[in-house]
Amino acid sequence: MERILLVDDEKEFIEPLAERMRNRGMNVSTSTCAKEAIKKVQQETYDAIILDLRMPEMDGIEALSVLKEKNPDLQVILLTGHATVEQGVQAMKLGAMDFLEKPIDIKVLSEKIKKAKAEKMILVEKRSEEKIKKIMIEKGW
Amino acid sequence: MEYNGIIGKSGLQFFGKISASISHEIKNALAIINENAGLLEDFVLMAEQGLPLDPERIKTLSSKIMKQIQRADTIIKNMNQFAHSIDADEKNIDINMILELIIALSARAASMKGVTLVFLPASRSLSIETNPFFLLNLMHSLIITSLDHLGGNKQLTISSRSFLDCGCIELCGIERLESESLLNHPERTAIASLIQANVVANIQNHKIEIYLPCKPA
Repeated sequence: MERILLVDDEKEFIEPLAERMRNRGMNVSTSTCAKEAIKKVQQETYDAIILDLRMPEMDGIEALSVLKEKNPDLQVILLTGHATVEQGVQAMKLGAMDFLEKPIDIKVLSEKIKKAKAEKMILVEKRSEEKIKKIMIEKGW
Repeated sequence: MEYNGIIGKSGLQFFGKISASISHEIKNALAIINENAGLLEDFVLMAEQGLPLDPERIKTLSSKIMKQIQRADTIIKNMNQFAHSIDADEKNIDINMILELIIALSARAASMKGVTLVFLPASRSLSIETNPFFLLNLMHSLIITSLDHLGGNKQLTISSRSFLDCGCIELCGIERLESESLLNHPERTAIASLIQANVVANIQNHKIEIYLPCKPA
């Protein structure tokens, strides 16, 4: 089961979307502001974060930068009303995994989430491998 | 006064900025409609597999969809009114109607900064002869600049009243007015002169006042 954090200030948008994702077997948490989402990410692990680009106080790009600083392995999919090339380039530079335009096609979102989970697993395996190698070198085995 | 040749870059930038904001608002309403309609579809699929349909939930979802349709309709009506503001060089307009429109068009930008816009209209209609597009541009420019100079309660109150032969618009709640050159921007001064408005900063009372000569009744 994929663990997802959905972040958007429009409660009326995230509530039905979260329910649809749950109907598709995902474990979904929601946040209506970026600051709350950052706290949640520090307490829980998620396979993917779905993050709205335009939010009051802290927007998606700023939140993405904070999230990636705290955990570089996080898989973040940005949501926007209009996916411009400029925003896309900026998001990718900051480490977003993907970019999705509203209104969302749930099939496309589900595929991107599966891809995010797979990429996260590769990163986790890579980190474990590195740890084992380090231990082996340190212990001289 | 001939306005067509002087809309210029700043006028086009204002038009573009408002159009982009409107399109975002419509997209947000569509996104909510899309999710609620998708959820209805999920319920139908579940019902086809034998799960019972809850009529109350269907009713709630359809009312949420209707609410967003009304929201989008209001946004489109405002967009249409804004688009027509450029039709005539000078027009007889009601200050209250212009303020209502610009507050609706600026609400999203304000909300992004955590600010609430409050409108207190004059009890009677304040009729003036001016270029509506330039007045909208001036008001938007003052609202946007004020957003960064507000007090702790994060509220900008915009009101209208009559004063002698003028219609007066006030923007209240601006705390740091004295330390900033809020009214000295050359572009804003130029727009104000185009619509023959006198823009005054009332530093002591933390507000900006705009005086527009009213049409005799």
